[in-house]
Amino acid sequence: MSDTNYKPTSALGKWFDERLPLLTLFNGHLMQYPTPKNLNYWWTFGGILTFCLVTQIITGIVLAMHYTAHADLAFSSVEHIMRDVNYGWLIRYIHANGASMFFLAVYIHIFRALFYGSYKSPREVIWILGIFIYILMMAAAFMGYVLPWGQMSFWGATVITNLFSAIPLIGESVTQWLWGGYSVDNPTLNRFFSLHYLIPFLILGLVILHIWALHVPGNNNPVGIDLKKDGSDTVPFHPYIVIKDLFALVIFMIVFAGFVFYAPNVLGHSDNYIPANPLVTPSHIVPEWYLLPFYAILRSVPDKLGGVVLMFGAILILAALPWLDTSKVRSAIFRPIYKQFFWLLVIDVLVLGYMGAMPAEGTYLLISRIATVYYFAHFIIIMPILGFMEKTKPVPLSIADPIISGSGNFAAAKKDKI
Amino acid sequence: MKKIYITLLVAFICTNLHAAGDATKPLKVDWSFNGFFGTFDRAQLQRGFQVYKEVCASCHSMKHLSYRNLGEKGGPEFSDAEVKAIAAGYQVKDGPNEDGEMFDRSGLPKDKFKSPYPNEKAARAVNGGAYPPDMSVLVKARAGGPDYIYSILMGYDESPPADLKIEEGVYYNKFMAGKKIRMPKPLNDGSVEYSDGTKATVSQMSQDVTAFMTWAAEPHLEKRKRIGFKTILYLLIFSILVFFSMKKIWSRVESKV
Amino acid sequence: MSDEINNKKDQPTRREFIHIATTAVGAVGAGCVALPLVTQMNPDASVKALAKVEVDISKIEKGSQVTAMWRGKPIFIRRRTDEEVQKARKVKLDELKDPQKDEDRVKKGKDEWLVMLGVCTHLGCVPLNQQGEYGGWFCPCHGSHYDISGRIRKGPAPKNMEIPNYEFVSDTKLIIG
Repeated sequence: MSDTNYKPTSALGKWFDERLPLLTLFNGHLMQYPTPKNLNYWWTFGGILTFCLVTQIITGIVLAMHYTAHADLAFSSVEHIMRDVNYGWLIRYIHANGASMFFLAVYIHIFRALFYGSYKSPREVIWILGIFIYILMMAAAFMGYVLPWGQMSFWGATVITNLFSAIPLIGESVTQWLWGGYSVDNPTLNRFFSLHYLIPFLILGLVILHIWALHVPGNNNPVGIDLKKDGSDTVPFHPYIVIKDLFALVIFMIVFAGFVFYAPNVLGHSDNYIPANPLVTPSHIVPEWYLLPFYAILRSVPDKLGGVVLMFGAILILAALPWLDTSKVRSAIFRPIYKQFFWLLVIDVLVLGYMGAMPAEGTYLLISRIATVYYFAHFIIIMPILGFMEKTKPVPLSIADPIISGSGNFAAAKKDKI
Repeated sequence: MKKIYITLLVAFICTNLHAAGDATKPLKVDWSFNGFFGTFDRAQLQRGFQVYKEVCASCHSMKHLSYRNLGEKGGPEFSDAEVKAIAAGYQVKDGPNEDGEMFDRSGLPKDKFKSPYPNEKAARAVNGGAYPPDMSVLVKARAGGPDYIYSILMGYDESPPADLKIEEGVYYNKFMAGKKIRMPKPLNDGSVEYSDGTKATVSQMSQDVTAFMTWAAEPHLEKRKRIGFKTILYLLIFSILVFFSMKKIWSRVESKV
Repeated sequence: MSDEINNKKDQPTRREFIHIATTAVGAVGAGCVALPLVTQMNPDASVKALAKVEVDISKIEKGSQVTAMWRGKPIFIRRRTDEEVQKARKVKLDELKDPQKDEDRVKKGKDEWLVMLGVCTHLGCVPLNQQGEYGGWFCPCHGSHYDISGRIRKGPAPKNMEIPNYEFVSDTKLIIG
């Protein structure tokens, strides 16, 4: 979407741009880039996610200046950061709560895509790149949580790395290879630190591809229809979208600040303030909240390998979604039946999350199992069938249509917008 | 309507994300450090330190704290002379000296709090296999935080129900998970004589030492809340400015429709 | 994109106050964010606490030296003989690259005690005791000679060896820092 008429204003700019067209790139993709003018606030989370990634990288690099990745010293080094390093407590709390905010934003971003059909043709690759980003985020978060070497760090690492022993034939060897030993110990901690530092930069690379892939067809929009070719449906990214993203970001930062300054430990688990003890297992091993739905799916299957397969399957099934969803209509605004199933999926994921925090027994286990079956049913059964069977509402001819006042569609469209 | 339902569901989930267990819910205290504008009570922290020093420190270490922390802003704020005197009251290991030997010397403010035992195994050996946990972050390491710590200290006086067997070396405390605790009742009325004349009841000492332990776990609490207030106020003001900037910019588009 | 939006006539020709205010307030916020990210690299509380070191000088004989560590660097504590002190005081100031009286490099009444950073002021090597042509120290890295008051006499070093803050808490104890 670059404007080939762009010329840098300064002589230095011109000289540089002729040799490496960064200025042209910046201008084309972040300033002139035509963006639909009807985007709502659910579209601001991409920008928010970029902010989250940058925040985590900066605070993470700073923390790494003071952290010691050795089993005997890790817990103390974190206490050193919290007590002695200038503003160490602030940087640590931003990083820990920043991870939660990162996942909050990514879930909203994903569910936006599910609601408005942003994963559909021609945006399948953007969607799949997104899934890889999400998987890397979970890997980074999991390893990052191990670093303070508290009880949950140690035992969470033990439980999850033990899953690999479920792989037939080579499972045991793979697990010892991951551990660097015969259990989670210092070698494991050291390599997790190295990989935890690496992964955010892999994510950064994928994010660049993700945005690049997006800029080929351009953004989806709440109505889900393709835009007019004459440019009358779009506004330049700068300043229109920049300022709107900034506003949403500031509101997001208020929520973020609320956690950091007034409830910095409420999203964590108190057991992680107990130094790791290989001889004492906590009464309830729980991952951080953003991994709970997958934890619930894992534990619903009585077979170890089955649980692992289903847990990874739950993420990978998302990649197949552009082909599982057979509907020709993108936006749920015009898909009244799909909309109901969308909300059922949201509830299902929340239920799975709650179950992930509960002991895997009795009624909790039963509900987990039902919710797991429903989750897969949504993608494998409901999506394909709905595409064929659903009677969709008539889709407007242009994005300006729903907001021409006097039109009967206006009131109806407004009511339909969640 | 759906949005409200979802929000309530999420809120319900977040507040119940820990399996309850069989312990009684902790007693609630209106701590001075609670709330958006909470601060520590200096005198309370000094009394709490006295309780820690005279009662708890014989079994519980606080190894992430240094004596100098006792004089820093936001804590008990003992004077420089008082901090030096407190530190000097302990003999700490140092060395090796020119002969290659470790030696004892008087504590200095920069030294970490002296631990009652050299390591965990020694602690367990002396305490019948139980390990008195380090108290540096104990308040953050227990669900319920300060309320829980206070409740445990206050929870010794009830007799166990008839059907619950209490073994030798174990005590009944309804606030503990499993209702049994290996620590004998640590505080009785008058266990400590407060230098400021405050009456040293079990409740008073429990509150004071809990407040001290909360400061020990969160020495920057006051600064955190202060900066938090300024940050959120700033963000609210900034959000209003950005909002009006946004409206101004978008007025160019909406007028075209 | 729409010509109407890019039409210069519709664009604000003067900077809108609201945008200036927003940008200014935003810049203040950015500065406040940068502050902790920069100051976190300053010496932290535990490092600053180690800034004082106590040294027992009771066992140092006249004419000998003890080396202590302070802030990661060596401190030379040299107990000079009376002849050495007199020799140091006879030196004319115009002979010195970095003119300084010996009296100004020691504490009053404790003239025999020379306490200084054992770091060559040229490029940071540790000079060797009782070597060199001036009865003091010699730095083997690039050939700087220091006299018995720790002053540079010959060689590339620009300044005398630094005297840190220190005080005698008793006749047998020094606190450095």
